[in-house]
Amino acid sequence: MASEPSELPPPEVGATTGVPGSAAAPLDALEADRGGWFETGSAPAAPFDLAVVGAGPAGLAATVAAVEADARVALVDAAPRVGGQYWRHRERDDGTAHHDWSRLVRLRDGVRTAIDAGTVVHFAEVKVWHIEPTADGFTIHALAGEQGREIRARTVVLATGAYDRQLPFPGWTIPGVYTAGAAQALLKGHGVSIGRRVVVAGTGPFLLPVAAGLAEAGATVVGVLEAGRPSAFARHPGTMLRSAGKLREGAAYLRVLRRHRVPYRTRTAVIEAFGDDGVTGVRIARLDPSWGIVTGSQDELACDAVAVGYGFTPQPELALQLGCPHDVDADGSLVALVDDDQASAVPGVFLAGEATGVGGADLSLAEGEIAGHAAAAFAQGRPVDRTATRRTRARRGRARTFADALHEAFPVPRGWLGWLTPETVVCRCEEVTLARIEAAVDDLGATDPRGVKLVARAGMGLCQGRVCGYAMACLVGDRTGRAVGRADLAGMAARPVAQPIPLSVLSQGGGTDDPERGDTRTRSPTSTM
Amino acid sequence: MTDPPRTDGFSITLDGEAMEVEPGQTVAAALIGAGRRSWRHTRVGDRPRGAFCGIGVCFDCLATINGRPNQRACLVEARPGDIVTTQHGTGHGERAV
Repeated sequence: MASEPSELPPPEVGATTGVPGSAAAPLDALEADRGGWFETGSAPAAPFDLAVVGAGPAGLAATVAAVEADARVALVDAAPRVGGQYWRHRERDDGTAHHDWSRLVRLRDGVRTAIDAGTVVHFAEVKVWHIEPTADGFTIHALAGEQGREIRARTVVLATGAYDRQLPFPGWTIPGVYTAGAAQALLKGHGVSIGRRVVVAGTGPFLLPVAAGLAEAGATVVGVLEAGRPSAFARHPGTMLRSAGKLREGAAYLRVLRRHRVPYRTRTAVIEAFGDDGVTGVRIARLDPSWGIVTGSQDELACDAVAVGYGFTPQPELALQLGCPHDVDADGSLVALVDDDQASAVPGVFLAGEATGVGGADLSLAEGEIAGHAAAAFAQGRPVDRTATRRTRARRGRARTFADALHEAFPVPRGWLGWLTPETVVCRCEEVTLARIEAAVDDLGATDPRGVKLVARAGMGLCQGRVCGYAMACLVGDRTGRAVGRADLAGMAARPVAQPIPLSVLSQGGGTDDPERGDTRTRSPTSTM
Repeated sequence: MTDPPRTDGFSITLDGEAMEVEPGQTVAAALIGAGRRSWRHTRVGDRPRGAFCGIGVCFDCLATINGRPNQRACLVEARPGDIVTTQHGTGHGERAV
């Protein structure tokens, strides 16, 4: 991997395109420029200054900032179009249903200009499954369709985002029960409503745009059930005043819900879903402040779809692979620790967006800009000019304060454990029930989530604990009588292979004739935590 | 279900039944748009499943598409004439894995 760039052949063009790499390929095209990468096992191309993983708000901001600092960037993303989950959109989308669309357009235009100039290559529909440190940077192991591909870069910016955090409850595996993010993705990305009569439930401000979007699209939103009590946010008057824009946004969603006569109830949750082949209704209940069920408060609602979400879980596996230190954030999520330049303790690894703490698009944009700027400086071997991002750093501070206040206003207390029955499936992939998880602790001596995973297979299925990891950590912590720590969450989130890959790709990428590679591959992903 | 259908749509089938697709929709979006909620039966309990996370995280929406099992229907863009079949278990018949 340490070959001189001057000896390298020109970058190979991906076999999937069959078109010699034109740097002017449009971002929206499925056949984005594949130049600058190489097939797994073949000779490597010259390294980029940055590989930005993820093309949501943080990744786009990082890319544009790095380009402005004269860096060459590989923007790698699993989706066909940039924007991430926040700006998930359809081809030819005019953005009318989107918040902050003009900001996406500005960033996208910046990236397009850089693609035309040859300073950015957008690797669309490319899934990163492993990042390996090398003598002069990193090799990003990725999958394009079924083809193994590798990209080299001097630094990486991980902007891998987050997905909905879920709490298991009886019936949550019945078809028609979706995550709130799924409802949003299907609506914004595909123009499809998850149902005709929809219950939206969970906690946090994200429930509002989901419910408003469904109502505007013609679905009957039977109710929005907020398990928390958002009025707790009023304890932060200063933060509220400085965040007038965010509050106006929330008020606008509430107006949409009122116009569609959608009931909005706080301290209320879906505690069970009914149905056989598909959901036909839910049992709801009032909650006490610790989310225990208030006696005699249960009721039923008929529906054909449920959208549920209890905040967000950052995607930490690539950072864990690289040995980046993590800790438990105020919202209970495992997040990467970074310094003022968004740099991890691992040299050359920068992180931005939800991976460093769930905080929404404003925070992600500011962090991305700072990370892209700092990573470019690192790649170019010069100190970071912090005065250039002084205003962005101030913006990041305000957005973080707002995010902290939201975490405090929308906590997830442990009373939800009481909603489960012994038969409730906790691990959806391996179909592991609460009873089996409790038996793993009580009878088989498992003392942490990883131990339960090994003896009961919970978290061992295809999703690799992404969906049940948080719940497992809470359940095992409760059963063993201790608080959930970072080792509990990391044990469920460490994934040496971040995406399912064909065995042929894994065998090509083994590199056993290269001792340096062999070393990094056998290192435990969490060894430096 | 919500947007007016485009004129350049095409169709795919789920277990032989035709359904209309708008260009750019994933297989899962097309199936849900056609009112279908499940297209898989689980390996252990033989329970019905469909999409859950919608963004490629949970692997609940696995389907057999054009004869290939274990495709995440929420990530695979539908193409004209795609043949989707309900996946049972691992999608590999009686094979154990």
